[in-house]
Amino acid sequence: MAEDGENDGMEIKLETAPHDPRFQTTNQAKHCWSRYIEYHACVKQKGEEDSECQKFKRWYKSLCPNEWLENWDEQRASGTFPGPV
Amino acid sequence: MIRNDAPVRWGMGFQDPATPVAEGIIRLHHELMYVIITIMVMVTYLMLRIIYNYDYRRNREVRKERSGALIEAIWTLTPTVILMIIAVPSFALLYAIEEEVSPGVTVKIIGHQWYWSYEYSDYGEEGISYDSYMIGEEDLEEGDLRLLEVDNRLVLPIKTHIRLLLTSSDVIHSWAVPSLGVKCDTVPGRLSQVSVYIKREGVYYGQCSELCGMNHAYMPIVVEGVKVEGYKEWIKSKI
Repeated sequence: MAEDGENDGMEIKLETAPHDPRFQTTNQAKHCWSRYIEYHACVKQKGEEDSECQKFKRWYKSLCPNEWLENWDEQRASGTFPGPV
Repeated sequence: MIRNDAPVRWGMGFQDPATPVAEGIIRLHHELMYVIITIMVMVTYLMLRIIYNYDYRRNREVRKERSGALIEAIWTLTPTVILMIIAVPSFALLYAIEEEVSPGVTVKIIGHQWYWSYEYSDYGEEGISYDSYMIGEEDLEEGDLRLLEVDNRLVLPIKTHIRLLLTSSDVIHSWAVPSLGVKCDTVPGRLSQVSVYIKREGVYYGQCSELCGMNHAYMPIVVEGVKVEGYKEWIKSKI
C-alpha cells in the first residue's frame, strides 16, 4: 500500500480489457483462459518485451482471478498445464 | 436527501435505484402490476360470483354442460395474448441489460465461506486485492447498520461502465445489491460477467443471496459509489 504522497505524480487511467465479440455469453471463463494462452503464445513467439504481449498480459491480469492465475502458473512450472503452451 | 439504499424495518418496496438497470426493473414491476391487479380483480369477481350463484341452496338445478368451444377458446387465447403483451417490456429490459459496452473498469469478486474478496487488476504490477468481512455487533459504531456493515467496502466510480466478474473459491454464493439492480450467482469454475453503471454517489448495501453454509447471513456487501477523481485518489492510495 502506498505511503502518503508516494503516488501523487502517477496518473490513473480508467482502462481495462475490452469487450471481446468472441465471448458473448455471461460466462467469461473462456475469455480469461484465451487471453492467458494468447499472452504465453505471444511471449514464446515474440518475447516478453513485445508491446502486443504486454497488452495481452494486462488483459489476462484484468480478467482472471488471482487464484486461477497462481494455479495455472504452478501447473506450467511443474509441466502439468493442460493448455497449448 | 436521504436515499433508501439499504434495507429498512418493515420495508415492503424496492430500494431506491442507483443504476439504469435498477430503474428498468422497477418500471417493469409497475407495468406488470397493472396486468396482475386487473387479472386478480377479474378472477376474484368470477370466483365470488360462482360461489354465490351456484350455492346448492340457491340453485338446485344441476347443469349438465360438458364442453363449450367458445368459452374454452376465450380462456385459452386471452392469457396467451396477455403473456405476449407482458413479454414486450420484459424482453426489452432483458436485452438492454445484456447490451455490450466497453467498460472502463474491471473488478473481480470472489465469494468465500464467509466473506467476499475484491480484485482490481487494472492498476500497477500487482493490482489491488482485499477481503471484505462483516463487522460484528460488538464492533459497530453509532449509526452503523447491524449485519450489513463491512470492514472494507467495494469502491467504484460513478458514471463509468464497470465490468464485474464473479466467481467463488468454494461453494455457490450470490452477490446481490438491490439498489444497483444486481444479483449474480458466484459459481466455482465459472466467471460470470455483470455490467454496472452507477448514476449517483452513495453507499449501497446487499447480502449474500445463495445459501452457502453456517454464516451465509453474515457476509454482506457494501458498495461505495464515488466520483471518478475520488476513485483515482483511492486507487493511488492502495497501489
